[in-house]
Amino acid sequence: MAHDFRDFEHLLRLVAIFVVGFALFIVVRAMLVPDDFGVYGHFRAGALDDNRQRPLAHAGAAACSDCHDDVVNSRAGGGHEKVRCEACHGPLAAHADDPSAQAPELPNPGTVCLKCHLPAMAKPATFPQVDPTEHADNEPCDTCHLPHSPRLEEG
Amino acid sequence: MVTDRREFLIGGGRVLLIASAAASGALKYVLAGAAEQAPGYVLDDHWWAMTIDIDRCIGCGNCVRACKAENDVPREPFFFRTWVERYHLPEGDVDRPVVDSPDGGFDGFKELYRPGDGSKNFYVPKLCNHCAHSPCVQVCPVGATFDSPDGVVLVDKTYCLGCRYCVQACPYGCRFIDPRTRTVDKCTFCYHRITKGLTTACCEVCPTDARVLGDLKNPSDRIHAFLREHTIHVLKPQMATGAKVYYADLDGSVR
Repeated sequence: MAHDFRDFEHLLRLVAIFVVGFALFIVVRAMLVPDDFGVYGHFRAGALDDNRQRPLAHAGAAACSDCHDDVVNSRAGGGHEKVRCEACHGPLAAHADDPSAQAPELPNPGTVCLKCHLPAMAKPATFPQVDPTEHADNEPCDTCHLPHSPRLEEG
Repeated sequence: MVTDRREFLIGGGRVLLIASAAASGALKYVLAGAAEQAPGYVLDDHWWAMTIDIDRCIGCGNCVRACKAENDVPREPFFFRTWVERYHLPEGDVDRPVVDSPDGGFDGFKELYRPGDGSKNFYVPKLCNHCAHSPCVQVCPVGATFDSPDGVVLVDKTYCLGCRYCVQACPYGCRFIDPRTRTVDKCTFCYHRITKGLTTACCEVCPTDARVLGDLKNPSDRIHAFLREHTIHVLKPQMATGAKVYYADLDGSVR
């Protein structure tokens, strides 16, 4: 009988070591893994919020039209009607938050138009392209065209 | 084997105890679909994608500049979340396109080719394809890069080790290591904007609407009509990445 007990005892020690090791693993894991890990998948759910935290640089056209309704409306029916403000005026979220904080610079009419309208082989053929030397002897475009509604009126 | 009432109750009690413990553990996952951090934004209501109309892209580089400004991408010319490539197919050689992308198209493109040389030329804007089955997510050893429930591939900067597995795994070359943080960086579909109801910075400034953000879970989004009415192609379809940047009228020579 005593002989049987000794055999059983060495198994108990093994089990005890395994149980302690497993408990230690559970405790350490609970301490290291954040609570929100695995809520949506194999990642920390808080990372979604981290990615949301970045401040805006571009305000979006809706914010512009809150104050500059007149300019937005002046484009109606023109070729630039659907071009949003910040495409030419640059990122202006700081200005939209507080107009006194950032005074937008007026785009240079000699270069801003050419960003899009300079002729290039790779541009779609239907897109209006203009060689400024040939077309107007390098005069700035706003000499004749209104940037917000560039089509020239007849007469 | 005869089971008496006492044994049955003890056994049944144990099963109940384990089942309820498992159920309470699962409850947080059930609630997760509804829990929201951004007011009015429900993760499960969106599945973001983008359409790029090759026939509209004029290579102005507005998207590249806006992306760098919006997302504080390093200004050096080899870090891009989005960039524009110019394809040049010489006459009679449609299999070997000449591709260039000076500074990612940040300053637009200088004309290199002569009209009438018989070549085919077009621009291809590129960005993270926000794959539904992303190779980059599969290889991340620490769960730092992941598919969000609304279909955007994002990076957890606090978890990223900078091991570069994902940079190599991405078949589209859309990832880079930010030299300032030494963590990986990539297009987030402007996650800080789209969760506030705005469009991405690149789509905001695209003058021809060549690139438009779309929400595949919104039945009234224009993306459904766009996908229906155009010839649609994704990049590297043979890799079965489930890419969600849909190119309209893309030439077969684009890699």
